Amino acid sequence: MSPVSAPPLGGPEPLIDVHAHFHHAGGPRADWAAVNDARFRAGARIGITYHVASVLGSWGFSSPIYFPSPRDVTAGNDAMLAIAEREPACVRAYVTVNPNHTAHAVQEIARCAARGAVGLKLAASRRADDPLLDPVCEAAARHGLPVLHHVWQHRTRDWPTQEISDGVDLAALARRHVGVSFILAHIGGGGDYLHTLPAIADTPNILVDVSGSGVDRGMLDEAILQLGAERILWGCDVTMETGIAKLMGFEAIRLDAGQRRLIRYGNAVRIFPAGSFPLAEPAPA
Amino acid sequence: MIDVNALIGSYPFRYVPHPDPDVLTRVLEREGLSGAWVGHLPSAFYRDPSAGNAQLYTALAPYQPTLRPVPAIRPDWPKWEQAVRTAVRAGAPAVRAYPTIWQFGPHDPRMRELAQACGDARLALVLTVRFEDLRQRHPLDAAGDLTAAAIRDLARCGPGVRLVVAAAGREMIEEVHWGLTPEEQRRVVWDISWIWGPPEDHLARLFRTIGADRFVYGTQWPLRLTQAPRANLALLPDDVAGKPLADPDRLFV
Repeated sequence: MSPVSAPPLGGPEPLIDVHAHFHHAGGPRADWAAVNDARFRAGARIGITYHVASVLGSWGFSSPIYFPSPRDVTAGNDAMLAIAEREPACVRAYVTVNPNHTAHAVQEIARCAARGAVGLKLAASRRADDPLLDPVCEAAARHGLPVLHHVWQHRTRDWPTQEISDGVDLAALARRHVGVSFILAHIGGGGDYLHTLPAIADTPNILVDVSGSGVDRGMLDEAILQLGAERILWGCDVTMETGIAKLMGFEAIRLDAGQRRLIRYGNAVRIFPAGSFPLAEPAPA
Repeated sequence: MIDVNALIGSYPFRYVPHPDPDVLTRVLEREGLSGAWVGHLPSAFYRDPSAGNAQLYTALAPYQPTLRPVPAIRPDWPKWEQAVRTAVRAGAPAVRAYPTIWQFGPHDPRMRELAQACGDARLALVLTVRFEDLRQRHPLDAAGDLTAAAIRDLARCGPGVRLVVAAAGREMIEEVHWGLTPEEQRRVVWDISWIWGPPEDHLARLFRTIGADRFVYGTQWPLRLTQAPRANLALLPDDVAGKPLADPDRLFV
């Protein structure tokens, strides 16, 4: 790692990672603390101003990652909120819920919003177009939270361990909740983003985050072409080197400074609750 | 630093922006790379890659020695030995092979013959684990990833063999490396184009356990962003930052 005094790889302007995760002692990994530390270490080197992060229950230890039990949902959210409270300068929390346990989900959104959660994370417990998600999204609307939805880019079949959604499914949900901003997760995170982009192009309350291990050339260009910079958010998920590579990629395809600011932090400042990111506000025009 | 995993030409399953040698030279300059070993992407899918190799030699001729050709050779094709000799004469540092696309099993004797012939000619053999993530492939792209068993088999087939394995992840690298003797391990280097960085820190872990000198720089341009391996090295933790990678031009030294 370069000296602390080295300029951040991502440049000096604010940078918000809207798709981060942390681990905790209730999960299956003995190295959970080292993985969290690595995120902070790399975040400092990149120049990430805010990690907006979630914990998915027990990460599979006592219930499945994408189908967490209510008890694990609560424990995971408590762990996430504790990290946000310990690192108030640079961490913000999503509240994660399992919509199959609807009453618990709605209560959990209220509980965690009161403790400072700034967004709602939906994984793959129930397909996005299912009516069961409506009360959950209504709760998000009441608290002014954007919804980050885990997505498989072009769902051509069921995949193990998830009840996966794609852009078409999320667009159906977003059209029923036009007052809520949705973040379609990780266009680089598996599946065919070339299907996702036209699937959501006409649903303006869906933005995409660029996180994921995929760094296909052409992906960023297509996202800009089909959605515009005002509907793209920066993020890493579990591969931070691909996150910074995409930031460099936006420079390489010659986005202007205003477009890059929107992606770095401006769009996040716009869709998350006011005051969530004081070091990045006000949002650029 | 040299990029051992660059290609030119179109990809059959999706549009790839301007995959041309002229653009590649500009990308190398931007990335601070001194040169690249360059394959011909369509040749991986041609039944007979000979015509693709001819295109490759012609396309790269104005750019030598910065862009060095890496032809594809099918060892089940008549007169493949002649293609090896042509590669040597053309100044190729290596040969590419795609056993899964050609539907060879992991222990196919024809691949062993190719690996040994390349070694005898002091040509590395470049094997590609994958061009795209398994989750996004076209329905007709049914070859599957190269297996660890296939790599181990080739690493064991003779002391003169040198393998450059492109686009592998941590699990495959560990499975192959620790499944070989120390002598066999020294016949294999891995490009870093698909290895995860932080927070999982797979690259850092591999540098600690296997050694940075078993890795070479690769990007898989034009399919992937060239910035990713550069970022991966820049994000290494202190204890492994700056460790020198293997020099692909010294694999036979």
